[in-house]
Amino acid sequence: MLAHETSPLKQTPLHALHLARGAKMVPFAGYDMPVQYTAGVLREHLHTRKDAGLFDVSHMGQLVLKAKSGKVGDAALALEKLVPQDIAGIAPGRQRYAQFTNDDGGLLDDLMVANFGDHLFLVVNAACKAEDEAHLRAHLSDTCEIVSLADRALIALQGPKAESALAKLCADVSSMKFMDAGPRRVADIDCFVSRSGYTGEDGFEISVPADKAEALVTALLDNPDVLPIGLGARDSLRLEAGLCLYGHDVDTTTTPVEGALEWSVQKVRRSGGVRAGGFPGADKILAQFADGAARRRVGLKPDGRAPVREGAALFADATSSEQIGKVTSGGFGPSLNAPVAMGYLPTALSAVGTTVFAEVRGQRLPLKVAATPFVPNTYKR
Amino acid sequence: MTTLYTSDHEWLRIEGDVATIGITDYAQSQLGDVVFVELPKVGRSLKKAEAAAVVESVKAASDVYAPITGEVIEVNEALAAEPALVNSDAGGKAWFFKLKIADKGELGGLMDEAAYAAHTA
Repeated sequence: MLAHETSPLKQTPLHALHLARGAKMVPFAGYDMPVQYTAGVLREHLHTRKDAGLFDVSHMGQLVLKAKSGKVGDAALALEKLVPQDIAGIAPGRQRYAQFTNDDGGLLDDLMVANFGDHLFLVVNAACKAEDEAHLRAHLSDTCEIVSLADRALIALQGPKAESALAKLCADVSSMKFMDAGPRRVADIDCFVSRSGYTGEDGFEISVPADKAEALVTALLDNPDVLPIGLGARDSLRLEAGLCLYGHDVDTTTTPVEGALEWSVQKVRRSGGVRAGGFPGADKILAQFADGAARRRVGLKPDGRAPVREGAALFADATSSEQIGKVTSGGFGPSLNAPVAMGYLPTALSAVGTTVFAEVRGQRLPLKVAATPFVPNTYKR
Repeated sequence: MTTLYTSDHEWLRIEGDVATIGITDYAQSQLGDVVFVELPKVGRSLKKAEAAAVVESVKAASDVYAPITGEVIEVNEALAAEPALVNSDAGGKAWFFKLKIADKGELGGLMDEAAYAAHTA
Protein backbone atom coordinates (compact mmCIF):
# COMPACT_ATOMS: atom_id res chain seq x y z
CA MET A 1 0.00 0.00 0.00
CA LEU A 2 2.92 2.31 0.71
CA ALA A 3 3.77 2.27 -2.97
CA HIS A 4 0.30 3.55 -3.82
CA GLU A 5 0.43 6.25 -1.15
CA THR A 6 3.72 7.63 -2.44
CA SER A 7 3.06 6.97 -6.12
CA PRO A 8 2.05 9.85 -8.37
CA LEU A 9 -0.10 7.46 -10.44
CA LYS A 10 -3.78 8.27 -10.61
CA GLN A 11 -6.45 5.64 -10.03
CA THR A 12 -9.73 5.13 -11.83
CA PRO A 13 -12.97 4.62 -9.84
CA LEU A 14 -12.60 0.88 -10.60
CA HIS A 15 -9.10 0.52 -9.12
CA ALA A 16 -10.19 -1.51 -6.09
CA LEU A 17 -12.23 -3.82 -8.30
CA HIS A 18 -9.20 -4.50 -10.52
CA LEU A 19 -7.08 -5.45 -7.51
CA ALA A 20 -9.86 -7.64 -6.08
CA ARG A 21 -10.06 -9.48 -9.40
CA GLY A 22 -6.33 -10.25 -9.45
CA ALA A 23 -5.26 -7.73 -12.09
CA LYS A 24 -1.60 -7.12 -12.80
CA MET A 25 -1.33 -3.32 -12.67
CA VAL A 26 0.99 -1.16 -14.78
CA PRO A 27 1.48 2.59 -15.24
CA PHE A 28 -0.31 3.85 -18.37
CA ALA A 29 -0.83 7.53 -19.28
CA GLY A 30 -0.35 8.52 -15.64
CA TYR A 31 -2.81 5.94 -14.30
CA ASP A 32 -2.33 2.65 -12.48
CA MET A 33 -4.17 0.38 -14.96
CA PRO A 34 -4.84 -3.36 -15.32
CA VAL A 35 -2.67 -4.86 -18.09
CA GLN A 36 -4.21 -8.29 -17.56
CA TYR A 37 -6.24 -10.31 -15.08
CA THR A 38 -5.71 -13.91 -14.03
CA ALA A 39 -6.89 -15.33 -17.40
CA GLY A 40 -3.95 -13.69 -19.20
CA VAL A 41 -3.77 -11.66 -22.42
CA LEU A 42 -4.34 -14.58 -24.82
CA ARG A 43 -7.51 -15.89 -23.16
CA GLU A 44 -8.83 -12.39 -22.51
CA HIS A 45 -8.40 -11.55 -26.20
CA LEU A 46 -10.11 -14.73 -27.41
CA HIS A 47 -12.92 -14.40 -24.85
CA THR A 48 -13.72 -10.91 -26.15
CA ARG A 49 -13.99 -12.18 -29.73
CA LYS A 50 -16.15 -15.16 -28.69
CA ASP A 51 -18.31 -13.82 -25.81
CA ALA A 52 -17.84 -10.42 -24.20
CA GLY A 53 -15.05 -8.44 -22.55
CA LEU A 54 -15.34 -5.53 -20.13
CA PHE A 55 -12.64 -2.82 -20.21
CA ASP A 56 -12.01 0.06 -17.80
CA VAL A 57 -11.20 3.05 -20.01
CA SER A 58 -11.91 5.64 -17.32
CA HIS A 59 -8.47 7.14 -17.86
CA MET A 60 -9.78 8.62 -21.12
CA GLY A 61 -11.06 12.19 -21.10
CA GLN A 62 -14.78 12.99 -21.27
CA LEU A 63 -15.77 16.53 -22.19
CA VAL A 64 -18.93 18.46 -22.91
CA LEU A 65 -18.87 21.19 -25.55
CA LYS A 66 -21.89 23.47 -25.34
CA ALA A 67 -22.49 26.62 -27.38
CA LYS A 68 -23.29 29.75 -25.39
CA SER A 69 -26.16 30.27 -27.87
CA GLY A 70 -27.66 26.99 -26.64
CA LYS A 71 -27.65 25.59 -30.19
CA VAL A 72 -25.76 22.36 -30.76
CA GLY A 73 -25.18 23.42 -34.36
CA ASP A 74 -23.11 26.36 -33.14
CA ALA A 75 -20.97 24.05 -30.98
CA ALA A 76 -20.52 21.80 -34.03
CA LEU A 77 -19.42 24.66 -36.28
CA ALA A 78 -17.04 25.85 -33.56
CA LEU A 79 -15.46 22.41 -33.24
CA GLU A 80 -15.06 22.24 -37.03
CA LYS A 81 -12.41 24.97 -36.63
CA LEU A 82 -10.22 22.36 -34.90
CA VAL A 83 -11.02 19.11 -36.75
CA PRO A 84 -11.32 18.16 -40.45
CA GLN A 85 -14.56 16.25 -39.87
CA ASP A 86 -18.18 17.10 -40.68
CA ILE A 87 -19.37 17.78 -37.13
CA ALA A 88 -22.44 19.80 -38.11
CA GLY A 89 -23.63 16.74 -40.00
CA ILE A 90 -23.68 14.46 -36.95
CA ALA A 91 -27.37 13.83 -36.31
CA PRO A 92 -28.72 13.94 -32.75
CA GLY A 93 -28.03 10.59 -31.09
CA ARG A 94 -25.09 9.83 -33.40
CA GLN A 95 -21.31 9.76 -32.93
CA ARG A 96 -18.32 10.19 -35.27
CA TYR A 97 -14.54 9.59 -35.18
CA ALA A 98 -12.47 12.79 -35.49
CA GLN A 99 -8.97 14.21 -35.08
CA PHE A 100 -7.59 17.48 -33.72
CA THR A 101 -5.07 18.71 -36.31
CA ASN A 102 -2.10 21.05 -35.94
CA ASP A 103 -0.87 23.72 -38.36
CA ASP A 104 1.39 21.18 -40.10
CA GLY A 105 -1.54 18.85 -40.73
CA GLY A 106 -0.37 16.45 -38.01
CA LEU A 107 -2.65 15.01 -35.37
CA LEU A 108 -2.78 16.39 -31.82
CA ASP A 109 -5.15 13.60 -30.80
CA ASP A 110 -7.98 11.48 -32.12
CA LEU A 111 -11.38 11.50 -30.49
CA MET A 112 -15.06 10.56 -30.61
CA VAL A 113 -17.69 13.29 -30.99
CA ALA A 114 -21.35 12.61 -30.17
CA ASN A 115 -24.37 14.86 -30.68
CA PHE A 116 -26.46 14.70 -27.50
CA GLY A 117 -29.20 17.01 -28.79
CA ASP A 118 -28.27 20.28 -27.10
CA HIS A 119 -24.51 19.76 -26.75
CA LEU A 120 -21.58 17.67 -28.00
CA PHE A 121 -19.98 14.91 -25.92
CA LEU A 122 -16.30 14.23 -26.61
CA VAL A 123 -14.10 11.28 -25.61
CA VAL A 124 -10.35 11.89 -25.96
CA ASN A 125 -7.17 9.93 -25.21
CA ALA A 126 -5.89 9.82 -21.64
CA ALA A 127 -2.38 10.98 -22.47
CA CYS A 128 -3.70 14.03 -24.37
CA LYS A 129 -6.71 15.02 -22.31
CA ALA A 130 -5.20 17.99 -20.46
CA GLU A 131 -3.76 19.43 -23.70
CA ASP A 132 -7.03 18.75 -25.56
CA GLU A 133 -9.05 20.60 -22.94
CA ALA A 134 -6.61 23.54 -23.03
CA HIS A 135 -6.76 23.52 -26.85
CA LEU A 136 -10.57 23.68 -26.79
CA ARG A 137 -10.53 26.47 -24.20
CA ALA A 138 -7.91 28.47 -26.11
CA HIS A 139 -9.83 28.39 -29.38
CA LEU A 140 -13.53 28.01 -28.56
CA SER A 141 -14.11 29.76 -25.21
CA ASP A 142 -15.57 32.84 -26.87
CA THR A 143 -18.52 30.87 -28.20
CA CYS A 144 -18.63 27.67 -26.15
CA GLU A 145 -18.55 26.31 -22.63
CA ILE A 146 -16.12 23.46 -22.14
CA VAL A 147 -16.80 21.13 -19.21
CA SER A 148 -14.49 18.29 -18.20
CA LEU A 149 -16.50 15.37 -16.82
CA ALA A 150 -13.76 14.21 -14.45
CA ASP A 151 -16.33 12.66 -12.12
CA ARG A 152 -17.38 9.99 -14.61
CA ALA A 153 -15.93 6.55 -15.31
CA LEU A 154 -15.92 5.03 -18.81
CA ILE A 155 -16.22 1.34 -19.52
CA ALA A 156 -16.28 -0.60 -22.77
CA LEU A 157 -18.26 -3.80 -23.21
CA GLN A 158 -17.15 -5.54 -26.40
CA GLY A 159 -17.85 -8.78 -28.22
CA PRO A 160 -20.70 -10.81 -29.74
CA LYS A 161 -22.45 -11.17 -26.36
CA ALA A 162 -22.07 -7.50 -25.37
CA GLU A 163 -25.61 -6.70 -26.55
CA SER A 164 -27.29 -9.51 -24.64
CA ALA A 165 -25.28 -8.71 -21.50
CA LEU A 166 -26.08 -4.99 -21.57
CA ALA A 167 -29.71 -5.56 -22.59
CA LYS A 168 -30.31 -7.29 -19.25
CA LEU A 169 -29.63 -3.90 -17.61
CA CYS A 170 -31.07 -1.62 -20.32
CA ALA A 171 -33.53 -3.13 -22.81
CA ASP A 172 -33.24 -0.08 -25.05
CA VAL A 173 -29.68 -0.82 -26.22
CA SER A 174 -30.75 -3.64 -28.57
CA SER A 175 -32.23 -1.15 -31.01
CA MET A 176 -29.00 0.92 -31.15
CA LYS A 177 -26.88 0.76 -34.31
CA PHE A 178 -23.11 1.23 -34.67
CA MET A 179 -22.20 4.80 -33.62
CA ASP A 180 -25.59 5.56 -32.05
CA ALA A 181 -24.95 7.46 -28.83
CA GLY A 182 -26.89 9.17 -26.07
CA PRO A 183 -28.13 9.15 -22.48
CA ARG A 184 -29.64 5.85 -21.30
CA ARG A 185 -30.71 4.44 -17.92
CA VAL A 186 -28.59 1.36 -17.30
CA ALA A 187 -29.26 -0.64 -14.09
CA ASP A 188 -31.19 2.44 -12.87
CA ILE A 189 -28.09 4.63 -13.31
CA ASP A 190 -27.96 7.68 -15.60
CA CYS A 191 -25.38 6.74 -18.22
CA PHE A 192 -24.24 7.83 -21.68
CA VAL A 193 -24.16 4.82 -23.98
CA SER A 194 -22.65 4.56 -27.46
CA ARG A 195 -22.62 1.51 -29.69
CA SER A 196 -18.91 1.64 -30.42
CA GLY A 197 -15.53 0.59 -29.12
CA TYR A 198 -11.99 -0.13 -30.17
CA THR A 199 -11.75 -3.88 -30.66
CA GLY A 200 -13.38 -4.41 -34.07
CA GLU A 201 -16.25 -6.18 -32.31
CA ASP A 202 -19.82 -5.05 -31.84
CA GLY A 203 -20.15 -3.47 -28.42
CA PHE A 204 -20.76 -0.43 -26.28
CA GLU A 205 -18.98 2.29 -24.38
CA ILE A 206 -20.76 3.40 -21.23
CA SER A 207 -20.04 6.62 -19.36
CA VAL A 208 -21.20 6.29 -15.75
CA PRO A 209 -20.94 8.54 -12.65
CA ALA A 210 -17.77 7.57 -10.78
CA ASP A 211 -19.62 6.63 -7.58
CA LYS A 212 -21.86 4.19 -9.51
CA ALA A 213 -19.15 2.64 -11.69
CA GLU A 214 -18.32 -0.29 -9.43
CA ALA A 215 -21.99 -1.22 -9.01
CA LEU A 216 -22.54 -1.17 -12.78
CA VAL A 217 -19.38 -3.15 -13.55
CA THR A 218 -20.19 -5.71 -10.83
CA ALA A 219 -23.66 -6.18 -12.32
CA LEU A 220 -22.14 -6.75 -15.78
CA LEU A 221 -19.47 -9.12 -14.47
CA ASP A 222 -22.14 -11.18 -12.68
CA ASN A 223 -22.98 -12.40 -16.20
CA PRO A 224 -20.81 -15.48 -16.89
CA ASP A 225 -20.41 -14.35 -20.54
CA VAL A 226 -18.52 -11.24 -19.41
CA LEU A 227 -14.86 -11.27 -18.30
CA PRO A 228 -12.75 -8.26 -17.26
CA ILE A 229 -10.08 -7.54 -19.90
CA GLY A 230 -6.82 -5.65 -19.43
CA LEU A 231 -4.89 -3.21 -21.60
CA GLY A 232 -2.76 -6.05 -23.03
CA ALA A 233 -5.69 -7.63 -24.84
CA ARG A 234 -7.17 -4.22 -25.64
CA ASP A 235 -3.99 -3.55 -27.63
CA SER A 236 -3.94 -6.90 -29.46
CA LEU A 237 -7.67 -6.58 -30.25
CA ARG A 238 -7.35 -3.07 -31.72
CA LEU A 239 -4.23 -4.09 -33.66
CA GLU A 240 -6.05 -7.03 -35.27
CA ALA A 241 -8.89 -4.61 -36.05
CA GLY A 242 -6.37 -2.33 -37.85
CA LEU A 243 -7.23 0.60 -35.56
CA CYS A 244 -4.66 3.33 -34.87
CA LEU A 245 -3.21 3.87 -31.43
CA TYR A 246 -2.57 7.59 -30.94
CA GLY A 247 1.06 8.34 -30.08
CA HIS A 248 2.19 5.22 -31.95
CA ASP A 249 0.43 4.81 -35.33
CA VAL A 250 -0.57 8.45 -35.64
CA ASP A 251 0.88 11.50 -33.92
CA THR A 252 1.79 15.15 -34.48
CA THR A 253 3.97 14.21 -37.48
CA THR A 254 1.34 12.20 -39.40
CA THR A 255 -1.53 13.68 -41.38
CA PRO A 256 -4.93 12.02 -41.87
CA VAL A 257 -3.87 11.14 -45.45
CA GLU A 258 -0.53 9.64 -44.40
CA GLY A 259 -2.35 7.79 -41.61
CA ALA A 260 -4.78 6.23 -44.16
CA LEU A 261 -7.66 7.96 -42.41
CA GLU A 262 -9.14 9.63 -45.53
CA TRP A 263 -12.42 7.80 -44.83
CA SER A 264 -12.77 9.88 -41.66
CA VAL A 265 -12.70 13.23 -43.52
CA GLN A 266 -16.12 13.80 -45.05
CA LYS A 267 -16.49 15.38 -48.53
CA VAL A 268 -18.06 18.53 -47.13
CA ARG A 269 -14.71 19.45 -45.52
CA ARG A 270 -12.58 18.57 -48.57
CA SER A 271 -11.82 20.84 -51.54
CA GLY A 272 -15.06 21.62 -53.33
CA GLY A 273 -17.14 20.89 -50.24
CA VAL A 274 -19.55 23.45 -48.76
CA ARG A 275 -17.36 23.84 -45.64
CA ALA A 276 -14.00 22.90 -47.19
CA GLY A 277 -10.94 23.61 -45.07
CA GLY A 278 -11.06 25.94 -42.11
CA PHE A 279 -9.19 23.60 -39.75
CA PRO A 280 -5.51 23.72 -38.71
CA GLY A 281 -3.22 22.35 -41.43
CA ALA A 282 -6.00 22.39 -44.04
CA ASP A 283 -3.69 23.57 -46.84
CA LYS A 284 -1.35 20.63 -46.40
CA ILE A 285 -4.05 18.03 -45.77
CA LEU A 286 -6.25 19.11 -48.70
CA ALA A 287 -3.19 19.21 -50.98
CA GLN A 288 -2.46 15.61 -49.95
CA PHE A 289 -6.04 14.65 -50.78
CA ALA A 290 -5.43 16.02 -54.26
CA ASP A 291 -1.84 14.88 -54.88
CA GLY A 292 -1.30 12.04 -52.44
CA ALA A 293 1.29 11.83 -49.67
CA ALA A 294 4.83 10.48 -49.85
CA ARG A 295 4.22 7.85 -47.19
CA ARG A 296 1.27 5.86 -45.94
CA ARG A 297 0.23 3.76 -42.95
CA VAL A 298 -0.28 0.12 -43.94
CA GLY A 299 -1.08 -3.22 -42.36
CA LEU A 300 1.85 -5.66 -42.31
CA LYS A 301 1.82 -9.43 -41.95
CA PRO A 302 5.17 -11.07 -41.11
CA ASP A 303 5.74 -14.22 -43.19
CA GLY A 304 7.03 -16.22 -40.23
CA ARG A 305 5.98 -16.64 -36.62
CA ALA A 306 8.23 -14.00 -35.08
CA PRO A 307 6.37 -10.89 -33.92
CA VAL A 308 7.75 -7.65 -35.41
CA ARG A 309 7.29 -4.95 -32.83
CA GLU A 310 7.03 -1.16 -32.63
CA GLY A 311 10.18 0.63 -33.74
CA ALA A 312 11.48 -2.06 -36.13
CA ALA A 313 13.09 -0.46 -39.19
CA LEU A 314 11.66 -1.41 -42.62
CA PHE A 315 13.70 -2.02 -45.78
CA ALA A 316 12.80 -2.65 -49.42
CA ASP A 317 14.88 -5.83 -49.60
CA ALA A 318 16.98 -8.22 -47.54
CA THR A 319 20.28 -6.34 -47.93
CA SER A 320 19.63 -2.64 -48.61
CA SER A 321 21.07 -0.25 -46.05
CA GLU A 322 18.49 2.44 -46.77
CA GLN A 323 15.65 2.42 -44.25
CA ILE A 324 12.31 3.14 -45.98
CA GLY A 325 9.90 3.04 -43.08
CA LYS A 326 9.13 1.95 -39.56
CA VAL A 327 6.78 -0.36 -37.69
CA THR A 328 4.52 1.68 -35.39
CA SER A 329 2.56 -1.18 -33.75
CA GLY A 330 3.28 -4.86 -33.82
CA GLY A 331 2.71 -8.01 -31.89
CA PHE A 332 0.94 -11.31 -31.97
CA GLY A 333 -2.69 -11.59 -33.05
CA PRO A 334 -4.30 -14.33 -30.95
CA SER A 335 -7.38 -14.64 -33.21
CA LEU A 336 -5.18 -14.95 -36.31
CA ASN A 337 -2.68 -17.11 -34.42
CA ALA A 338 -0.03 -15.13 -36.26
CA PRO A 339 2.01 -11.96 -35.85
CA VAL A 340 0.52 -8.68 -37.14
CA ALA A 341 1.86 -5.17 -37.40
CA MET A 342 1.28 -1.78 -38.91
CA GLY A 343 3.69 0.91 -39.96
CA TYR A 344 4.64 3.54 -42.50
CA LEU A 345 6.01 2.88 -46.00
CA PRO A 346 6.68 5.02 -49.08
CA THR A 347 3.33 5.23 -50.91
CA ALA A 348 4.92 3.55 -53.96
CA LEU A 349 5.55 0.45 -51.82
CA SER A 350 2.23 0.50 -49.95
CA ALA A 351 0.14 -1.70 -52.28
CA VAL A 352 -1.36 -4.82 -50.67
CA GLY A 353 0.88 -7.81 -51.36
CA THR A 354 4.16 -5.86 -51.53
CA THR A 355 6.98 -7.62 -49.69
CA VAL A 356 9.22 -5.54 -47.43
CA PHE A 357 11.73 -6.50 -44.73
CA ALA A 358 11.90 -5.62 -41.04
CA GLU A 359 15.11 -5.71 -39.06
CA VAL A 360 14.62 -7.78 -35.91
CA ARG A 361 17.62 -8.64 -33.72
CA GLY A 362 19.99 -8.12 -36.63
CA GLN A 363 18.04 -10.25 -39.10
CA ARG A 364 15.85 -9.16 -42.03
CA LEU A 365 12.40 -10.75 -41.75
CA PRO A 366 10.00 -10.57 -44.72
CA LEU A 367 6.54 -9.03 -44.27
CA LYS A 368 3.71 -8.44 -46.73
CA VAL A 369 1.61 -5.33 -46.92
CA ALA A 370 -1.89 -6.50 -45.96
CA ALA A 371 -5.39 -5.07 -46.01
CA THR A 372 -6.84 -4.03 -42.67
CA PRO A 373 -8.73 -4.96 -40.60
CA PHE A 374 -6.76 -8.19 -40.23
CA VAL A 375 -9.82 -9.68 -38.49
CA PRO A 376 -13.17 -8.68 -40.07
CA ASN A 377 -15.13 -6.30 -37.85
CA THR A 378 -18.61 -7.20 -36.62
CA TYR A 379 -20.14 -3.76 -36.11
CA LYS A 380 -23.96 -3.70 -36.08
CA ARG A 381 -24.61 -1.25 -38.90
CA MET B 1 22.28 -35.01 -12.28
CA THR B 2 22.18 -31.58 -10.66
CA THR B 3 19.76 -28.73 -11.35
CA LEU B 4 21.01 -25.19 -10.85
CA TYR B 5 19.31 -21.80 -11.24
CA THR B 6 20.22 -18.22 -12.19
CA SER B 7 18.85 -14.98 -10.76
CA ASP B 8 17.48 -14.36 -14.32
CA HIS B 9 15.13 -17.34 -13.83
CA GLU B 10 16.86 -19.92 -15.99
CA TRP B 11 17.49 -23.50 -14.95
CA LEU B 12 20.46 -25.71 -15.92
CA ARG B 13 20.45 -29.46 -15.71
CA ILE B 14 24.04 -30.68 -15.53
CA GLU B 15 24.90 -34.14 -16.92
CA GLY B 16 28.64 -34.65 -17.31
CA ASP B 17 29.98 -31.75 -19.38
CA VAL B 18 26.57 -30.90 -20.89
CA ALA B 19 24.12 -28.34 -19.48
CA THR B 20 20.47 -28.40 -20.60
CA ILE B 21 18.98 -24.92 -20.20
CA GLY B 22 15.43 -23.62 -19.93
CA ILE B 23 13.44 -20.95 -18.13
CA THR B 24 11.75 -21.57 -14.80
CA ASP B 25 8.07 -22.01 -14.10
CA TYR B 26 8.23 -18.70 -12.23
CA ALA B 27 9.61 -17.02 -15.38
CA GLN B 28 6.88 -18.40 -17.63
CA SER B 29 4.19 -17.31 -15.15
CA GLN B 30 5.59 -13.75 -15.31
CA LEU B 31 5.83 -13.74 -19.12
CA GLY B 32 2.29 -14.96 -19.77
CA ASP B 33 1.26 -16.89 -22.85
CA VAL B 34 4.32 -17.61 -24.96
CA VAL B 35 3.69 -17.26 -28.70
CA PHE B 36 7.21 -17.43 -30.18
CA VAL B 37 10.64 -18.75 -29.20
CA GLU B 38 13.85 -17.96 -31.09
CA LEU B 39 16.71 -20.37 -30.35
CA PRO B 40 20.47 -20.06 -30.98
CA LYS B 41 22.06 -21.93 -33.89
CA VAL B 42 23.72 -25.26 -33.17
CA GLY B 43 27.49 -24.76 -33.15
CA ARG B 44 27.33 -21.17 -31.85
CA SER B 45 29.74 -20.35 -29.04
CA LEU B 46 28.02 -18.43 -26.28
CA LYS B 47 29.73 -16.35 -23.64
CA LYS B 48 28.25 -16.18 -20.16
CA ALA B 49 25.53 -13.43 -19.99
CA GLU B 50 25.28 -13.16 -23.79
CA ALA B 51 21.73 -12.99 -25.27
CA ALA B 52 21.13 -16.56 -26.45
CA ALA B 53 17.41 -16.93 -27.11
CA VAL B 54 14.25 -14.83 -27.24
CA VAL B 55 10.89 -15.70 -25.78
CA GLU B 56 7.88 -13.64 -26.82
CA SER B 57 4.45 -13.29 -25.25
CA VAL B 58 1.52 -11.50 -26.89
CA LYS B 59 2.72 -8.20 -25.49
CA ALA B 60 6.50 -8.34 -25.19
CA ALA B 61 9.80 -9.95 -26.16
CA SER B 62 12.29 -11.08 -23.49
CA ASP B 63 15.90 -12.17 -23.90
CA VAL B 64 17.19 -15.42 -22.44
CA TYR B 65 20.89 -15.10 -21.52
CA ALA B 66 23.50 -17.81 -21.58
CA PRO B 67 23.97 -18.64 -17.89
CA ILE B 68 27.47 -20.04 -18.56
CA THR B 69 29.99 -20.07 -21.40
CA GLY B 70 29.78 -22.94 -23.87
CA GLU B 71 29.00 -24.21 -27.36
CA VAL B 72 25.39 -24.90 -28.42
CA ILE B 73 25.20 -28.63 -29.25
CA GLU B 74 21.43 -29.08 -29.54
CA VAL B 75 18.27 -26.93 -29.55
CA ASN B 76 14.65 -27.89 -28.82
CA GLU B 77 12.97 -27.67 -32.23
CA ALA B 78 9.62 -28.59 -30.63
CA LEU B 79 9.39 -25.02 -29.26
CA ALA B 80 9.17 -23.56 -32.78
CA ALA B 81 6.03 -25.58 -33.50
CA GLU B 82 4.56 -25.36 -30.02
CA PRO B 83 5.77 -22.30 -28.07
CA ALA B 84 2.98 -22.84 -25.51
CA LEU B 85 5.03 -25.77 -24.16
CA VAL B 86 6.97 -23.11 -22.26
CA ASN B 87 3.82 -22.36 -20.27
CA SER B 88 2.72 -25.96 -19.77
CA ASP B 89 6.06 -27.61 -18.98
CA ALA B 90 8.77 -24.98 -18.44
CA GLY B 91 10.93 -27.23 -16.31
CA GLY B 92 10.68 -30.29 -18.58
CA LYS B 93 9.66 -30.63 -22.25
CA ALA B 94 10.25 -26.93 -22.87
CA TRP B 95 14.04 -26.98 -22.49
CA PHE B 96 15.64 -24.40 -24.83
CA PHE B 97 19.15 -25.55 -25.70
CA LYS B 98 22.08 -27.70 -24.57
CA LEU B 99 25.56 -26.29 -24.03
CA LYS B 100 28.89 -28.07 -23.92
CA ILE B 101 30.23 -26.54 -20.71
CA ALA B 102 33.48 -24.59 -21.29
CA ASP B 103 34.37 -23.93 -17.67
CA LYS B 104 32.82 -25.90 -14.83
CA GLY B 105 34.10 -23.24 -12.46
CA GLU B 106 31.23 -20.97 -13.67
CA LEU B 107 28.70 -23.35 -12.12
CA GLY B 108 29.87 -22.33 -8.67
CA GLY B 109 28.13 -18.96 -9.00
CA LEU B 110 24.68 -20.50 -9.59
CA MET B 111 21.90 -21.26 -7.11
CA ASP B 112 20.60 -24.63 -5.97
CA GLU B 113 16.88 -25.28 -5.73
CA ALA B 114 16.56 -24.06 -2.13
CA ALA B 115 18.43 -20.83 -2.88
CA TYR B 116 16.30 -20.22 -6.01
CA ALA B 117 13.09 -20.83 -4.05
CA ALA B 118 14.23 -18.20 -1.57
CA HIS B 119 15.12 -15.86 -4.47
CA THR B 120 11.58 -15.99 -5.89
CA ALA B 121 9.78 -16.01 -2.53
